[in-house]
Amino acid sequence: MSPEPAEPPSPRETAAATTTAVTEEVVPLTPELLISQLLRGGVLLSLSLVTCGMVMTFFRHPDYFSSPDALQRLTSPDSAPHRLPDVFEGVMAVRGQSFVMAGLLVMITVPVLRVALSLGIFRAQKDRTFAAITTSVLALLLLAFLLGGVE
Amino acid sequence: MAAVLDATPFNFVAIVLCISFGAGLLGSLLGLGGGLILIPVLTLVLKVDIRYAVGASIVSVIATSSGAAAAYVRDGLANMRVAMFLEVATVAGAVTGAMLAGMVGGRALYFLFGAVMAYSALAMLRKLREDDRPRKEPPPDALADRLGLHGSYYDVSTGGEVAYRVHRPLVGLGLMYIAGTVSGLLGIGSGALKVPAMDLAMGLPIKVSTATSNFMIGVTAAASAGIYFARGDIDPFIAGPVCVGVTLGAFAGSRYLTKLKSGSLRMLFIAVLLWVSYEMLSKGIHG
Repeated sequence: MSPEPAEPPSPRETAAATTTAVTEEVVPLTPELLISQLLRGGVLLSLSLVTCGMVMTFFRHPDYFSSPDALQRLTSPDSAPHRLPDVFEGVMAVRGQSFVMAGLLVMITVPVLRVALSLGIFRAQKDRTFAAITTSVLALLLLAFLLGGVE
Repeated sequence: MAAVLDATPFNFVAIVLCISFGAGLLGSLLGLGGGLILIPVLTLVLKVDIRYAVGASIVSVIATSSGAAAAYVRDGLANMRVAMFLEVATVAGAVTGAMLAGMVGGRALYFLFGAVMAYSALAMLRKLREDDRPRKEPPPDALADRLGLHGSYYDVSTGGEVAYRVHRPLVGLGLMYIAGTVSGLLGIGSGALKVPAMDLAMGLPIKVSTATSNFMIGVTAAASAGIYFARGDIDPFIAGPVCVGVTLGAFAGSRYLTKLKSGSLRMLFIAVLLWVSYEMLSKGIHG
């Protein structure tokens, strides 16, 4: 059996006692729920950024609707920003493709944040072994990002 | 790289969006990731370079996995301790895979993809025959006890809490390293490799294995996605519409359609998968 997290004395009941008129159930913030919310929020944020970026791109370049040549240029290997400062600069300049890229980067970061959040939870539960396991996963993830940059 | 058609950028994005939506929908119906369907279409039909197809797919894998995992975790179906323990191996594998992908040529990628696809199709065939076989209690395992990997879940069909025990965590760790490497190389979630590692090798119930695999896939994919990004293999012009399309498709599939149970339809899809894997294999062999 996995150990249950120490919960404060039934927040659900105290909440129900105080909020009689509110129909919405007040759910206690368990680690599971916290992680679930993080995943959902991150995916939604990322998708909105990507969608905005795509709309912006076509807004700024009306010729993308008519010119086939533009596609060759756009999909050539060096057209896309693939360094963090480049992406940031592009976002500041309100460039559509950089917004798309920023959205994709948010998506890539979501699982990393999930691991970081799990680390916090395991530490709060004083679970030494799993805090160590989670730290090594986090370290490997960071190593992956560093290794990619070196290449 | 070149897109086939003499399309305008707008048409290209529209086509990629539609195809990705279809891949996400089909993937969630079949219980496969979108990547397995998406990559062949992008490469074989739209003639996108396999590296960019892999880069786009890996980000969409994070999206669908995180979306599905949000629900599984809330319902307590995913075993987060088993997931975290095994992620050490999948992430290490993903780093290996993504590094290897930079070294091996496109043809080797096609070949490996074809092989993994054929394996996934055959795995589906096997699952078709022996669904819900009775399982016996696995022998006690000291390491699994020490790590507190055992768990329980609420079974909707019987309406009761089902407790389960885990064994052979180290075998699982080894298999997960392989699954992670394949995932990093090919830009797929490789759930077809992760689920049997938990279900058959470690003795987790199939429902928990599926949920936990989904939960882990995002972290595995993030590791390789970081490397692909830095290498410039994630092209926003392709990855953007793919990411949005696959996620919407998978969401629509899980929301409005129930999983395909019909045997004959599944057989048809398995036949299609085998045919596509043959195409990919021959592209790997003949170039």
